Amino acid sequence: MNLEEYKGVYVFAQQVDNKVDSIAYELLGKAKELAAPLNTQVTAVLIGSNVKDLCDSLAEYGADRIIVVDDPELKDYRTEPYAHALASVINEYKPEIMLVGATAIGRDLGPTVSARVATGLTADCTVLEIGDFPLVAIPGKESEQKHNQLLMTRPAFGGNTIATIACPNNRPQMATVRPGVMQKIDPIKGAKAEIIEFNPGFTPNNKYVTIKEVVKAVKDVADIMDAKVLVSGGRGVGSAENFKILEDLAEAVGGVVSCSRAVVDSGWKPKDLQVGQTGKTVRPNVYFAIGISGAIQHVAGMEESDVIIAINKDEDAPIFDVADYGVVGDLNKIVPQLTAAIKAEKAKKNN
Amino acid sequence: MKVVVCIKQVPDTKGGVKFNPDGTLDRGAMLAIMNPDDKAGLEAALRLKDQYGAEVTVLTMGLPKAADVLREAIAMGADKGILVTDRVLGGADTWATSTTIAGALRNLDYDLIITGRQAIDGDTAQVGPQIAEHLGLPVISYAQEIKVDGDKVTVRRQFDDRYHMVEAKMPCLITALSELNDPRYMTPGGIFDACKAEITTWGRADLKDVEDCNLGLAGSPTKIAKASDKVRKGAGEKVVPESPEEAVSYIVGKMNEKHLI
Repeated sequence: MNLEEYKGVYVFAQQVDNKVDSIAYELLGKAKELAAPLNTQVTAVLIGSNVKDLCDSLAEYGADRIIVVDDPELKDYRTEPYAHALASVINEYKPEIMLVGATAIGRDLGPTVSARVATGLTADCTVLEIGDFPLVAIPGKESEQKHNQLLMTRPAFGGNTIATIACPNNRPQMATVRPGVMQKIDPIKGAKAEIIEFNPGFTPNNKYVTIKEVVKAVKDVADIMDAKVLVSGGRGVGSAENFKILEDLAEAVGGVVSCSRAVVDSGWKPKDLQVGQTGKTVRPNVYFAIGISGAIQHVAGMEESDVIIAINKDEDAPIFDVADYGVVGDLNKIVPQLTAAIKAEKAKKNN
Repeated sequence: MKVVVCIKQVPDTKGGVKFNPDGTLDRGAMLAIMNPDDKAGLEAALRLKDQYGAEVTVLTMGLPKAADVLREAIAMGADKGILVTDRVLGGADTWATSTTIAGALRNLDYDLIITGRQAIDGDTAQVGPQIAEHLGLPVISYAQEIKVDGDKVTVRRQFDDRYHMVEAKMPCLITALSELNDPRYMTPGGIFDACKAEITTWGRADLKDVEDCNLGLAGSPTKIAKASDKVRKGAGEKVVPESPEEAVSYIVGKMNEKHLI
């Protein structure tokens, strides 16, 4: 592998139902930052069926160039045709860095593609930067230190530790990136990108699975990753019905209800409301943690919130270790009164 | 039908985390359990055994003490256990791990390979799809439901805002979510069998069609530059109010202070 042949920062521009996923814009924002010290371009790889009209928005969010792989086989996500598309782009265009969202799609596509093109992949990264590997040169071996490497930082052990990882001898350097962590740029209206159409050919083989049915979750709430205020409930809420008191509070504060994994496992709330290591990473202005014990996997998904307010009857609950304001008490009594008090406070301010 | 379940012995992340001087994990120093997603994958396989008489083999890669997790699986009902262990395999990243496990699986007959979606130590979710890629098999990740019919398997595949009902022709590889099922307990008879069971142990020489340059720490494309305990944001205030009213006025007061209302 001649590493010098590999140039450019590429992002997999995930789309579902011909709508660009927010993660694609987040990756473009990060890619732009990484491309600057490398003095190189940002390329979006757009894969799907009839997706060409999504190019403009990718350009506005920072893509200098867009490689479009458009084929009827790529309508709904399936591992094989998508992996074939992305691996073929990598083999043809030779990116130095390939970023993929750590979504339920990217965490399947990324490993398959990395194995196919025989490179390393670092999962669920939260920090990406360009630097040296080793971080500090080994005395006497200064010439062996590699520069301009992608340094990929990720939590491991349920968030107990963090590790910074490099991929010094293989290309592309691949990472999946946790949604909600990287910042999008302010879109540049009217920006245009160079568009390249590329089709490696899609011939179904044993790896092509058949999608018998697509069942979409009914979206009756806003995306928790966009919410400024989250009212999050845990096992302590006690039942699906009792989430009503959290919904009332959310309405009063202009927020959205989210939850912990225990709540999803109990079937009280759908998976897309789950905050945490295996759910979503959120960073709202205010995060209410109500009846949430604060397992490390949960905390990993919400600790970046500006203000964390915790209500829990267990004085020793680990959630109090990250809360800015912790209240020990019975959520069933406190939450309804809090809702009423906030409504009253708002009414007072509006007068 | 033949099912192989790949399982991993993982440190219970509730306990402490320890490192070797080279930055890799000191697995020997930590408490060990069967990885939860893998256990759900094993339960799914055992249900295929109950239903269709499937033969269930469990396979793990790790230190010699990882045999414990194979015995636990046999006590739950698995038929046999294979331990892949060798000093040269240590320090492997997901590429080297999946290369190793694929090399072991090439010795076996299977209709279905089941792995957990991800292990609670690394949380990468990479090894399952990478094994499938090395073996040229279709992969269906994030399985919430598995049904077998003849030579086909139908899987409910979870995505962020939807699920797909996906059908694949076997052989194929499925990665299981822990919400797939509630794993059964070990039975007294099973524990008795597990104590007596012979665990097959394979080393480097038993791996089929793999090159040394793709194994262990040296064969891992990803290298650890730095590993450390996470520095957490410190705790703020904690109050134990006398009454709900007092709690509410405390919270409203703080929210006003921060201009959050």
